[in-house]
Amino acid sequence: MREEILNILEKNSRIDIKDMAVMLGTTEIEVANTIADMEKEHIICGYNTIIDWDKTSEEKVTALIEVKVTPQRGLGFDSIAQRIYQFDEITSCYLMSGGFDFTVIIEGKTMKSVAQFVANKLAPLDSVLSTSTHFVLKKYKDYGKVLDAPVKDERMLVTP
Amino acid sequence: MRNPLNKKIVNIEPSGIRKFFDIVNDMPDAISLGVGEPDFDTPYNVREEGIYALEKGRTFYTSNAGLKELRVEITKYIDRKYDLHYDPMKEVMVTVGGSEAIDVALRCMCDPGDEVLIPQPSYVSYIPCAVMADAVPVPIELKVENKFKLTPEELEEHITDKTKVLILPFPNNPTGAIMTKEELEALVPIILKYDLMVITDEIYSELTYGRSHYSFAAIPGMKERTVMINGFSKAFAMTGWRLGYACAPEIIMKQMIKLHQFAIMCAPTNSQFAAVEALRNCDDDVKRMTEAYNQRRRFLLNAFKEMGIDCFDAEGAFYVFPSIKKFGLTSDEFATKLLMEQKLAVVPGTAFGASGEGYVRISYAYSIESLKEGLSRIKKFIDSL
Repeated sequence: MREEILNILEKNSRIDIKDMAVMLGTTEIEVANTIADMEKEHIICGYNTIIDWDKTSEEKVTALIEVKVTPQRGLGFDSIAQRIYQFDEITSCYLMSGGFDFTVIIEGKTMKSVAQFVANKLAPLDSVLSTSTHFVLKKYKDYGKVLDAPVKDERMLVTP
Repeated sequence: MRNPLNKKIVNIEPSGIRKFFDIVNDMPDAISLGVGEPDFDTPYNVREEGIYALEKGRTFYTSNAGLKELRVEITKYIDRKYDLHYDPMKEVMVTVGGSEAIDVALRCMCDPGDEVLIPQPSYVSYIPCAVMADAVPVPIELKVENKFKLTPEELEEHITDKTKVLILPFPNNPTGAIMTKEELEALVPIILKYDLMVITDEIYSELTYGRSHYSFAAIPGMKERTVMINGFSKAFAMTGWRLGYACAPEIIMKQMIKLHQFAIMCAPTNSQFAAVEALRNCDDDVKRMTEAYNQRRRFLLNAFKEMGIDCFDAEGAFYVFPSIKKFGLTSDEFATKLLMEQKLAVVPGTAFGASGEGYVRISYAYSIESLKEGLSRIKKFIDSL
């Protein structure tokens, strides 16, 4: 049941608990408790909204930064990751396999502000060897949702 | 000019759905819970395989029975699901949807005057296909108190010395009824006693809830007298690709392939390449879709219960079949009024045979949001009655 709840919430975290209980063939209390437990256990870490900021007047830029670092003896990558991900500008931070160590995703108001952040905050960190910044030009799909695709049911209205 | 037409064909009644379809089409703002196909898109890896086949110029005919690769995958799939073994070289044919397989099987098995037993309510094409095969269709009216399953008693009551074929349409469109292993086994003594042949339409086999589908041909001794029909439309959301298949003993299959060869040549090549991918790599997609259908099924059953509408607990396909008897309207009147007053299309039960009177078919091949909107219109409608 946990897995099924997560599958539903991952697609629509605003779904009514009552509806979900019916869909899963259980009670509202059971669903609410299971969700609360998973929140406590940090299986559910939060509820975000997918926004296409391009359709608003808000200026936003997103950049993906490849970061190479020197891991620290005894601590590996975790402590340097912690130094990096605590900046509010950073929305995601992943340890990577392959040619570099971290992927850092950062959101800023302008390209300049992002560039300044990288130059002034990220690159100068002790363990950081190099950074390579890639700006996002257009978002097509985010978190499994195609951003600019109105869903239209093209099936015939009645079929056998 | 002389009459250009064949009387047998002219006398076949058009599908009850057709009439409804024409009314709905004149109402651009109508919404529908009347669709008999998945709302999901075909999984992208399958579509991509179709695109790749086109890119590679795989636009030739395949062998009449279908791509060998696909026939092998079909037999592996059936083996994996039902521990049932068919020879991909001699006992399998890829068809243009399950519909073609029904038509071809009946033509190959029936002599003029042979009777074909058709449990109803059921899919619209069995009766016309039997008629086109010069056979005599004999409906068996299934009952809600038996959860719309076929009982051995009902079966035996309808058998005459002309009876040759029994069609087993489970999981069922429109009722959502399924038949378990035990319930199918109960039919076997009658089938043996009267030496009946069986055609199983298992197109909804992946869509059962709470238990896995059991295939009639897997009962020892039944494979020899069964034509098993299935396809890709419902399980893999591939209706428009027009791809189904039949598995049958070689003696029947040989004739079916001959008919298919002259009428159709081969099923669409592009679809066949895509279907190979569907059988190889879509278990997770099927699971995801089935899980979603089951959630919607529970949602609808609960909603009808809350509205005080009787609806038996359908365990398969993607339909529920609520009873509208208490509103004092026929199925046709109920569906027509609902469409006119609330602009919601559902399918009257009578479209699937006379025993569908008193019921309507509601499809849950829709998102929860669409179901909610549909249900609120049904609620408004019945409150106004």
